Amino acid sequence: MKAPVLEIKNFNVDYGLGDQAVQAVRDVTLTLHRGEVLGLAGESGSGKSTLAYGVTRLLPPPGVISGGSVIYHPPGGDPYDVMALSNSELRAFRWAETSIVFQGAMNSLNPVHKVSTQMLDVIRAHEPQLSSEARVARAKEMLKLVGISADRMDAYPHQLSGGMRQRVMIGMALVLEPQVVIMDEPTTALDVVMQRQILAQLVELRERLDFSVLFITHDLSLLVEFSDRIAIMYGGRIVEQAKSADLYKDSLHPYSEGLLKSFPALRGPRRELAGIPGSPPDLRGMPTGCAFHPRCPHAFDRCSTEIPVLGVPEARNDPNREVACWLPGRVPVG
Amino acid sequence: MKFLLQRIAFYLFTAWAAITINFFIPRFIPGDPVTSLINKFQGQMSTEAIQSLYVLFGLDKNASMWSQYIDYWGQIFRGDLGLSFTFFPTPVSEILGQSLPWTIALVGITTFASFMIGTSLGVLAGWRRGSWLDGLLPVTTFLSSIPYFWLGLLAITLLAGSDSFFPSSGGYEPGLVPSWNGEFIGSAVQHSLLPAITILISSVSGWILSMRNMMVTVASEDYITVAHAKGLSERRVMVSYAARNALLPNVSGFALSLGFIVGGTLLVEIVFSYPGIGYNLFQAVGSKDYPLMQGVFLVITMSVLIANLIADVAYLLLDPRTRKEG
Amino acid sequence: MSAPATTITAVTPEGPAGVATPAKRQRLRFVANPKAATGLVVLGFFCLIAIIGPWIAPFDPSARSNDLIQGPSGKHWFGTTHLGQDIFSQVLVGTRGVMFVGLLAGIIATALSVLIGVSSGFLGGMADEGLSALSNVFLVIPALPLIIIVASTIPGAGDLMVALVIGLTSWAWGARVLRAQTLSLRRRDYVEAARATGESTWRIITVEILPNLTAIIASGFVGTVIFAVMSEITLAFIGISTISEWNWGTILFWAQSQQALAQGAWWWFVPAGLAIAILGTALSLINFGIDEFVSPRLRSSGHTRVKTADGRTVKMRVGFTPVLSQNDKLDPVTPVVRKAADEAKGAA
Repeated sequence: MKAPVLEIKNFNVDYGLGDQAVQAVRDVTLTLHRGEVLGLAGESGSGKSTLAYGVTRLLPPPGVISGGSVIYHPPGGDPYDVMALSNSELRAFRWAETSIVFQGAMNSLNPVHKVSTQMLDVIRAHEPQLSSEARVARAKEMLKLVGISADRMDAYPHQLSGGMRQRVMIGMALVLEPQVVIMDEPTTALDVVMQRQILAQLVELRERLDFSVLFITHDLSLLVEFSDRIAIMYGGRIVEQAKSADLYKDSLHPYSEGLLKSFPALRGPRRELAGIPGSPPDLRGMPTGCAFHPRCPHAFDRCSTEIPVLGVPEARNDPNREVACWLPGRVPVG
Repeated sequence: MKFLLQRIAFYLFTAWAAITINFFIPRFIPGDPVTSLINKFQGQMSTEAIQSLYVLFGLDKNASMWSQYIDYWGQIFRGDLGLSFTFFPTPVSEILGQSLPWTIALVGITTFASFMIGTSLGVLAGWRRGSWLDGLLPVTTFLSSIPYFWLGLLAITLLAGSDSFFPSSGGYEPGLVPSWNGEFIGSAVQHSLLPAITILISSVSGWILSMRNMMVTVASEDYITVAHAKGLSERRVMVSYAARNALLPNVSGFALSLGFIVGGTLLVEIVFSYPGIGYNLFQAVGSKDYPLMQGVFLVITMSVLIANLIADVAYLLLDPRTRKEG
Repeated sequence: MSAPATTITAVTPEGPAGVATPAKRQRLRFVANPKAATGLVVLGFFCLIAIIGPWIAPFDPSARSNDLIQGPSGKHWFGTTHLGQDIFSQVLVGTRGVMFVGLLAGIIATALSVLIGVSSGFLGGMADEGLSALSNVFLVIPALPLIIIVASTIPGAGDLMVALVIGLTSWAWGARVLRAQTLSLRRRDYVEAARATGESTWRIITVEILPNLTAIIASGFVGTVIFAVMSEITLAFIGISTISEWNWGTILFWAQSQQALAQGAWWWFVPAGLAIAILGTALSLINFGIDEFVSPRLRSSGHTRVKTADGRTVKMRVGFTPVLSQNDKLDPVTPVVRKAADEAKGAA
């Protein structure tokens, strides 16, 4: 296993304070390793986007980080906790070390500035010593890498198509060559053909620039194909994580199983599609015990009283797999 | 370009509508105030001047409405707005020509300054929610609820007087002759300070409030989160991402409310006996000088239309989306 | 004369979601808004004075006496005029005219703006083009000079006439906002669905659209009342409307024409001016209440500072989420900014 680059430990996010606080992310521990693509999947409201915004401390009020740490390992330096950074340290950390591609590129670009202005200001903010020619050259090169010709530099966002805007956003995310790129549903708003093109390009870019990706989506089939490891979130907690192939072949949590069944298989024999009955839990009134038990076909008494802990399951003694479930054989060792 | 042409067409249409309204007001409202005035000045007026008043106020009962309308337009295009009774026998156009620069200087500059100051304070108030600026909002609300003219009266009582720096009335020192020399300009500026401050105080809060609310709305846009995620400096995010976008609706709001604001600020001239259009209007109302009143209305409307067009050009420059190629 | 202080243009009601909550609870929530509550109480006070003012006034406002230009005293609370008239009584009696014109003009203008704005937004096409051009024209033409001309051309314009003139000329702002909102409502799914199932246009407008416009209509009404009150007082102040009917503007007219300022008779114009300002503030507060009710984000947030577990104070702000506690304490390391790392790499 490669060295870690971003370690999320016992991470908690609340919306609101005191009695009115709603717990959106609970006790999440997740490690992103150097050079890997880690997929994070779940239905809407599972807390996956909240986690991404929380890790980067970009949650708007009333979001607060109520506990945990995010340890960042810079190349050739001592690790530090992102949660302990002052605002100016955080500003220096952002984009240079961890950049983000947001859901819906339509609104991610400032409508009143040219693409070039928005690319160059981030370079200027982080590397003020660079000459303006060098900045322009860097921006142009990056746009070329994502397949945007240099003459589109002077275009305004409204003059670009949705796919082009998202490519610009990806180019912008990579322009400082960060170690980590967080992608929050980066292709959801695009058509399938465009989705594939952009993902293929991303794979290529990752090989060239060697960054790690935390890829967030509700589309599990996309992750199975594209990521090295997958973590599944439900009700603000990680319920399972495993290598993509393992998860696809042999998911342990009933929720992962349900998610997989709700997408058509990419390869292999056809199978029947089935949605998961019920709806995602309301954060304001979480079920007791395992949050999934009201929708779980295999739930039994223990599920409604005790919250299962994430751990290596007894049955598969594989350190790369973790699941949080009370079903026989899946209870963590120890 | 298309946007601008559309706007110009609209303003031409509005100008037509305003002139037409002006044409119909004396014709549709009962009472005939002008005839008595003409009778009063009988003998002192040339037949030409009387004829022009007949056309403006529709006194010639034999002519059809349509031919009256055509004659009316012809006269407007010649710039003949009739004779003023207050300043008999000066033509209305001449009076307005003298007072318009004063109004443009006072109302134009202060309205613009008020917009700029209010917008800047609004940016800060919206960006730093819960700061001391939020506490200022109720105060400015109260100030903006005071009629301009009353605030002017108060300012005169408290600040102006024979031994004060601020003169209580007029546009310049009585002995001076209007010209472009330092003494005159200094005196004009000194006389305009108090009216300007009055207008500023009562009009600034509207801009603070609307800009604050736009900033709050814009702050939740995705591109603001991206700007923060990019690690840009606070100033850059606030100014060139948030304020720059929040400004757009405020500029179009500025254009739309010019009519309201200018109407109100004209009253300040009355209180300060400032030699502008608003004071003309007051004098005209006092002596039932209808030709002057109508002239004032036309000139104000045309000025507001031009100011609107300028605001539209500013909007065009600020928002790339309206600036489509071709 | 302030610009319409409301920013209702920036406000987009959250549509059917808001309607789902019981109307009664919503109304209570509105009254619970401190700004709206204060405004409503003050407005209620002025309405009461408007009704009972003429009965409780200690003197006939026009009656002369021998107390000429006297300052406030036990007998004359707000002092007297050059004719020895009691200013306190003038203010009390004058409230009725102010409120009457303000409310009537507000009702007329609001009715027109709903009629024109909603039909323009709902009908679309040529009707929309025509009606919105009409409202834009009325919006751009300076209303106050127009009102002055019209009112001064009408011989002996009383309160009713003044209210009519103001109402007929100041509907355009509301119509514009209502048109925009109707347009966006018309495209919502539930309205489309109602059209598809063949509901009558009338029914769609009254049942599906109007209830969702309540806040905007209310805010437009309050805004027009502010404008109408100001215009009316202005007309009286510059001596256009009949000076035989008392209102606050008439008081100011006499104060101005009798050189109250030069005589140092501050009591002559201060009470009426303050009354205008307080009424105007109350109406603005109601409007802020409506704005905040419709889009809660605009509320000035009370809790921007948060105490953390270890006693630090952090600020809630966009872009920098506060961290309340770090349970996994790591030795504080000054982050190696990458430039430095790159330089180190380059040096090696």
